[in-house]
Amino acid sequence: MRDNTRLIVLGGSWGGIQASLKILQGLPADYSIPIVLVLHRLRNQEGSLQELFDKKLVLKAVEVDDKTPLEAGHVYIAPSNYHVLLERDHTFSLDASELENYSRPSIDVTFTSAADVFGKNTVGILLSGASKDGSSGLKYIFEKRGTAIVQHPGEAEIATMPLAAINSIPGCSIMNVERIQAYLLTLHGH
Amino acid sequence: MKLENEELFELEVEALIKEIHTQYGYDFSGYARASVYRRIKRFLGQKHLQSIDELRKFLFTDSFFFENFLQEVTVNVTEMFRDPTFFKSLRENVLPILSTYPFIKVWDAGCSTGEELFSLAILLEEEGLLSRTKIYATDINQKVLRQAKDGIFSATHMTAYTAAYYAAGGKRDFAEYYTSNYGSVKFNSSLVKNVVFYPHNLATDTSFNEFHLIVCRNVLIYFNRALQERVYQLFDESLVSLGYLALGKKETLAMSEISSKYNFVDKNNRIYRKNS
Repeated sequence: MRDNTRLIVLGGSWGGIQASLKILQGLPADYSIPIVLVLHRLRNQEGSLQELFDKKLVLKAVEVDDKTPLEAGHVYIAPSNYHVLLERDHTFSLDASELENYSRPSIDVTFTSAADVFGKNTVGILLSGASKDGSSGLKYIFEKRGTAIVQHPGEAEIATMPLAAINSIPGCSIMNVERIQAYLLTLHGH
Repeated sequence: MKLENEELFELEVEALIKEIHTQYGYDFSGYARASVYRRIKRFLGQKHLQSIDELRKFLFTDSFFFENFLQEVTVNVTEMFRDPTFFKSLRENVLPILSTYPFIKVWDAGCSTGEELFSLAILLEEEGLLSRTKIYATDINQKVLRQAKDGIFSATHMTAYTAAYYAAGGKRDFAEYYTSNYGSVKFNSSLVKNVVFYPHNLATDTSFNEFHLIVCRNVLIYFNRALQERVYQLFDESLVSLGYLALGKKETLAMSEISSKYNFVDKNNRIYRKNS
């Protein structure tokens, strides 16, 4: 008994900022699906990512505050030093527990939580990075019949993260950022 | 865990939460579900348990096992001077005002293993306020309270803690505050001479004193909105007028009924002050 609201979750590490900017820059202000962005970053670092994305995107970029509701037209950025979880009522819960894959925020944590709530309506996108974080979360999305997309390793600045995902999810879709953006635009308004 | 099993898992956890309340008196019904489900799955993995049914058997026959479960499910991860800018702001914006009181009362709510408590005590010491401050350090979990009292931490993180201490405006040689011994450090017990350690459950217990400053950082993120509201009311009852409330960097009073009574002292670091 899941509803049909969709969610897009993007994850990346080294090279992930540029890739996600390129993808999200093409989306309109009234884009109909909320987007959650998990990028690895230095611990205890202040929130300049939010400013960067808010400046470059038409969409509104915000850092996640605990228990705030998901809204369309927003890009929600995982704050430094917190994991980001999704609740059944489509609000966020933050979590300051152990690092996962040496990371907090961890992409696996958010991807897994998103799939538990949004099931087949989850679109997971894993971008460039020098880490293995994200591939088991993307696999989980795929197993729940959600959409699993991986940035083409030939295009990624660092291919470790895309390759780890491709190896563990034979059925995932491999696309360059241009195609990922075009795909997200096809979801808009449907 | 497979798709069709997820809903079953969640139903079983709901039943387990009721049983735990009946058997042990701990009420998890107001905990944020995304987090509880994740912590329980993690615990099952750690203990190599296959199902909630298997977990139940251990939980209700072995109280030590339950204490372990309690510690894992209620997150106790913490660090010294987490978010150095917060501690710097506390030092610069709050302690000078608190110094005008003859006697200061602080509540460190959800103090866990004590890293935040010792960070606060060091700040108060350096601002010359520790000797006239009484800190109430509370947690739901007796085991972590005992650890907090001992003030013994792993030496692994000391390089990071030292850097965070200086980033927070630390004025001394950080090593003055502790002695090292075989991979652990023990912080000077004089720092917690005026600390009262006290088991307190934010989900069920009531106000027990009046404070000038309440520090509760990254504890309420594990609660749902309704339980958060209960705790905000409890804090409001426990703060003197013009008292301070310090939350985690991504926690907000914005959705609470008490928010109209509070103003930001430092928005970025979520330090609030109660109106007069």
